[in-house]
Amino acid sequence: MAGPVSGTVHVTAARAGRGRRAPARPGTLRALAGMAYAAPTAVIVLTLFLAPLVLVVVMSLHRWPLLGAPTFNAPANYAKIADDPLFPGAVVFTLKYTAIITVLLSALALGLALLVQERRPGVGFFRTAFFLPGAVGFAAAALLFYGMLNNDVGPFGFLGVKWTGTPNMALTSTIVLVLWRFAGFNMLILLTGLQSIPVEVYEAARSDGASRWQVFTRITLPLLRPTLALMLILSITGSLLAFDQFFIFTNGGPDNSTVSMVMVIYRNAFFKFDLGGAAAISVVLLAVLVALNTLQLKVLR
Amino acid sequence: MFRRLPAITAAALLAAALAACGGGEPAGSASAGSSGPVTVTMWTRAATQAQSQRLVDAYNKTHKNQVKLTVIPTDNYQPRIAAAAGAKQLPDIFAADVIFVPNYTSQGLFLDITDRIAKLPFKDALAPSHMRLGTYENRQYTLPHTLDLSVWFWNKDLYKKAGLDPEKGPTTLKEFAEQATTVQEKLGKDGKVHGTFFGGNCGGCYVFTFWPSVWAAGGDVMNEDGTQSLVDKPPMTDVFAIYRSLYEKGVTGPTTKEEQGPTWTGFFPKGEIGVMPMPSTTLGSMPADMKIGVAPIAGPDGGESTFVGGDSVGISATSQHPDEAWDFLSWSVSDEAQVEVMAKNKDVVARTDLADNKYSSADPRVVLINSLVAKGRTPYALKFGQTFNDPQGPWLRLAREAVFGDASKVASLNESVNQSLQQ
Repeated sequence: MAGPVSGTVHVTAARAGRGRRAPARPGTLRALAGMAYAAPTAVIVLTLFLAPLVLVVVMSLHRWPLLGAPTFNAPANYAKIADDPLFPGAVVFTLKYTAIITVLLSALALGLALLVQERRPGVGFFRTAFFLPGAVGFAAAALLFYGMLNNDVGPFGFLGVKWTGTPNMALTSTIVLVLWRFAGFNMLILLTGLQSIPVEVYEAARSDGASRWQVFTRITLPLLRPTLALMLILSITGSLLAFDQFFIFTNGGPDNSTVSMVMVIYRNAFFKFDLGGAAAISVVLLAVLVALNTLQLKVLR
Repeated sequence: MFRRLPAITAAALLAAALAACGGGEPAGSASAGSSGPVTVTMWTRAATQAQSQRLVDAYNKTHKNQVKLTVIPTDNYQPRIAAAAGAKQLPDIFAADVIFVPNYTSQGLFLDITDRIAKLPFKDALAPSHMRLGTYENRQYTLPHTLDLSVWFWNKDLYKKAGLDPEKGPTTLKEFAEQATTVQEKLGKDGKVHGTFFGGNCGGCYVFTFWPSVWAAGGDVMNEDGTQSLVDKPPMTDVFAIYRSLYEKGVTGPTTKEEQGPTWTGFFPKGEIGVMPMPSTTLGSMPADMKIGVAPIAGPDGGESTFVGGDSVGISATSQHPDEAWDFLSWSVSDEAQVEVMAKNKDVVARTDLADNKYSSADPRVVLINSLVAKGRTPYALKFGQTFNDPQGPWLRLAREAVFGDASKVASLNESVNQSLQQ
């Protein structure tokens, strides 16, 4: 987000700069001050986002060995993406996972948000309790589930359920993990949206004799739309980039049934040492994400 | 000029970032050339940590230069090496699972030490399979670091309780299956004791524990160059079938099919398993009061072989201290280190001329393991890791279908193994 903003500041500054013959006017000073304020963000965006991005694009056009000089080989890295035996399955699986998670997570987060929406005695406890899993690092949470649901040493292992034994069980267990970890955070996002709806609107609806369901569908949901849109975008983007849960918790198994797209990138880079090929998949994934987010913003606005 | 500023800033920052990525010194290497003691950095994987740590400690005690050992979780070792190499941040010395060495040497990660090795008086006695895998295009890059052989362990107490002769371990894979089944039938009722166990969701475990049965039967798993897979043919398919029937009869531990590797050696020391393939390096860390028999892995009808695994060690191509690093490496294969550090702790020695030493004769099991080095094999393939060890690689799919799933898929899955090997 900060990229375009700082860009605008630069453009304004450039326009102002053309009138340098005259003594510095307030406008120029303001522009300079704006630049100064934006500079730290601009530096961070440039070093942590744009520079790696450029590097990834450059890598994707080369055969990039671990040590030694890269050689230009475009578009070979892109052409061979389709040949990767894991990639088609990973695309299908990631989409399936994204669809399931987005629906369940939105429903659960909305339910929780509605539960703790009003100020009542004890509601603070529940808000905290629901949000608390979000304070656990995701990788740590995945490891926690790995330990808890481990059939040999985990406290839930004695039940005899093979938590990650079949493709469906592995996916279900992972979904439980993700819901546990993220429902509270998404609840918080929706809660801010819910509380920004003016009380007067509800009162007006009630005095008109609207039922609770009507209030929910005609008032709450439409007014919550921008917040829901934000939550959906975060959830979909996050799910398409899923990695930690499958890498740590299911290890892509059983039988490659839970291999996400980012895991394919990881495998190419760090098991096959094909850095160029991994970069090419990253670039494609990035392009898809940008397109998807643009589309989503347009539809949901 | 203001208009250009963003572009210039971007370019400058990009250059700075690239320089920062590319020009990094290996972590921990002090500036070279000074006369004081040098600290040499070394990485090893957790699986062989005990052996590396003992060697490093013994070296540090008697030398001015110091080796600083970093242990990395076994499953993360390959990615960590790749990431470090890409950032030119490899340590001065790193050990690697011997089967990954051909790939690393072909990627140029190790320094050529052919001439240094040639000066060692015992160079012809260095563990042959480790040396073969450390040779790439006639240049040598690694020394053997630890040797880890797969053997069958059997629990003598459980054998006795099950009415088997506790002093007679299996001599064929079929006997192995019979004895495991007996233990299961006699002692497995309450679900605490099981006939056998193996890492059923772990590619490297299958390789390490199943392949010796193939070699013992006179067969092979790949062609000489490691480019053509033979795992869809007997004797490999016979070996699969025997383990499959053990699984189907419920002789294997309940989590066999799900075992991803980290805990596969943990059940035997707890006294829960009758007989199973185990790494020889774990013999020294077994409970002292446990009576364990050790037998070479056999084929379906006999023969004996082993997977000569373990680690090789080399100097990284980007090391600033190659001389100091070589001082440690050459010491680590010396008589002193091999006998007083490795053999003393029941580990397999890295030199064939030291197989008979003052410590090994105290335990006939160690003598047996040492003798297997010459009979065992270490398979060679440039694309070994991504084909056989990687949990997403094609071999694990194949092995799991063969043992737990639809064995008729083995032929078609073998094609993806071939593809991976030839990539």
